[in-house]
Amino acid sequence: MMAPMELAAKRPYLEMRSRILHGLRLFFTSRGFLEVQTPVRTPAPAPELHIDPLESEGWYLNTSPELYMKRLLAAGYEKIFQMGPVFRKGERGSRHHPEFTLLEWYRAGADYTALKDDCRHLLRFLCRELGLFPHFTFRGNRLRVDGPWQDVTVRQAFTRYAGWDPVEADDPDRFDLDLVEQVEPHLGFPTPTFLSDYPRREAALARIKASDPSVAERFELYWAGIELANGFSELTDRHEQKDRFLQTLHQRRKMGLATPPLPRRFLESLDHLDQAAGIALGVDRLVMVLTDAPDLDHVVAFAPDHEP
Amino acid sequence: MGATLTASDLRKGLKLEIDGEPYIIVDFEFSKPGKGQALYRCRLKNMITGVQFDRTYRSGDKFSAADLEEQEMEYLYKDGTQYHFMNTSTYEQVELSEEAVGDAKNFLTENLTVDMLFFKGSPIGISLPNFVELKVTRSDPGVKGDTASGATKPAVLETGYQIQVPLFIEEGDVLKLDTRTGTYVERVKTAGS
Repeated sequence: MMAPMELAAKRPYLEMRSRILHGLRLFFTSRGFLEVQTPVRTPAPAPELHIDPLESEGWYLNTSPELYMKRLLAAGYEKIFQMGPVFRKGERGSRHHPEFTLLEWYRAGADYTALKDDCRHLLRFLCRELGLFPHFTFRGNRLRVDGPWQDVTVRQAFTRYAGWDPVEADDPDRFDLDLVEQVEPHLGFPTPTFLSDYPRREAALARIKASDPSVAERFELYWAGIELANGFSELTDRHEQKDRFLQTLHQRRKMGLATPPLPRRFLESLDHLDQAAGIALGVDRLVMVLTDAPDLDHVVAFAPDHEP
Repeated sequence: MGATLTASDLRKGLKLEIDGEPYIIVDFEFSKPGKGQALYRCRLKNMITGVQFDRTYRSGDKFSAADLEEQEMEYLYKDGTQYHFMNTSTYEQVELSEEAVGDAKNFLTENLTVDMLFFKGSPIGISLPNFVELKVTRSDPGVKGDTASGATKPAVLETGYQIQVPLFIEEGDVLKLDTRTGTYVERVKTAGS
């Protein structure tokens, strides 16, 4: 059991967390975004090869609210955001909790470059609000939010740090390993860095880039080597999206993993969505960086394995 | 073979059998890039040789738990390079090489109770109590007038182990030692008393 002293000692982190949550809401509401709430339980979560949903009475706890939020986008809600709990089975480490707080925001009629602008404005706004402008210290590194941010493609970063081009060579196992061990540790010093244009097979729900069909319009935001957000220009072609879902479910079945049903209403709604972009940001990780906390357990009142 | 484990069982302190030898996970980190697969990054230490290496595992990997057992033993005597122990409940005697005893030899005195670790039925090492008491067999008198606090001098203990002790320690004194750090804690008995 966690002693009362230990819980009381978290106060500085929890106070900063509260200020960050307020800051995030203020940023989006003051820019005309509508805060929405969508169900935590769902019969059909987005099929993902490497993200496992937790079961709940025959349904699932959401691993992300993205399908519900894109339903809203397709219905004409142009700028929306949501902040709430999501669940991912088996993810537990210093940077992973099986239950964590995710912030997602979406823009109709935009692509991933608009999301990158949002990220720049959002982190600058937050750092000013929290007194961390223009720089602060995280694990002995001086981080800063002002000045130009780097934007490197996956191809550039892998060629530089891992010595191979994952867009040309199709090796997903090596991709994941080298990303974690060779590439990520270099990204986001001292300003945040975008890692952009993922190989096609890493596209998830992202649109293929028109000017270079070997990559998808997807990026991850890194700061101090830590992945903070994943954004993309949304794939709005119903048939291509269905094909990708079916492929993913097929692979999951082969690997002996749970295969939830296809999200059919979501797929139908894509017919009403022309162009859109959306992003998911890990709030606990952002709090960890902005408070110079050693791990995620420090920035939540109760870590996942603590009983009430 | 020990119980079969999966990658989600991996954590710091877990003991695995790899290529027929017992390993303990001394450092562990769960990683998962973006939409990629889970990676379980481990630093493993061979429980017999002490050699360490890093290895990253994936979700589908399977493992065998190391088949380890602990028994309470009493240290009897040393014969050449072999250390002899006796199981305190079965009275069965077990030998352990000097290499397997390792630094623990500095603290072993007759009748000391230790925990012996067995891998697949063979003894591979011992763990000592955190504190032991040992007699000083040789130490030159402290220099008169040198009363600066923290000043120390060398002393040899009954096991042949040499440590630094405060100047007031004399031959024949019994000292309490911390076996985890190998250092002096306090004097428990003065010579002649």
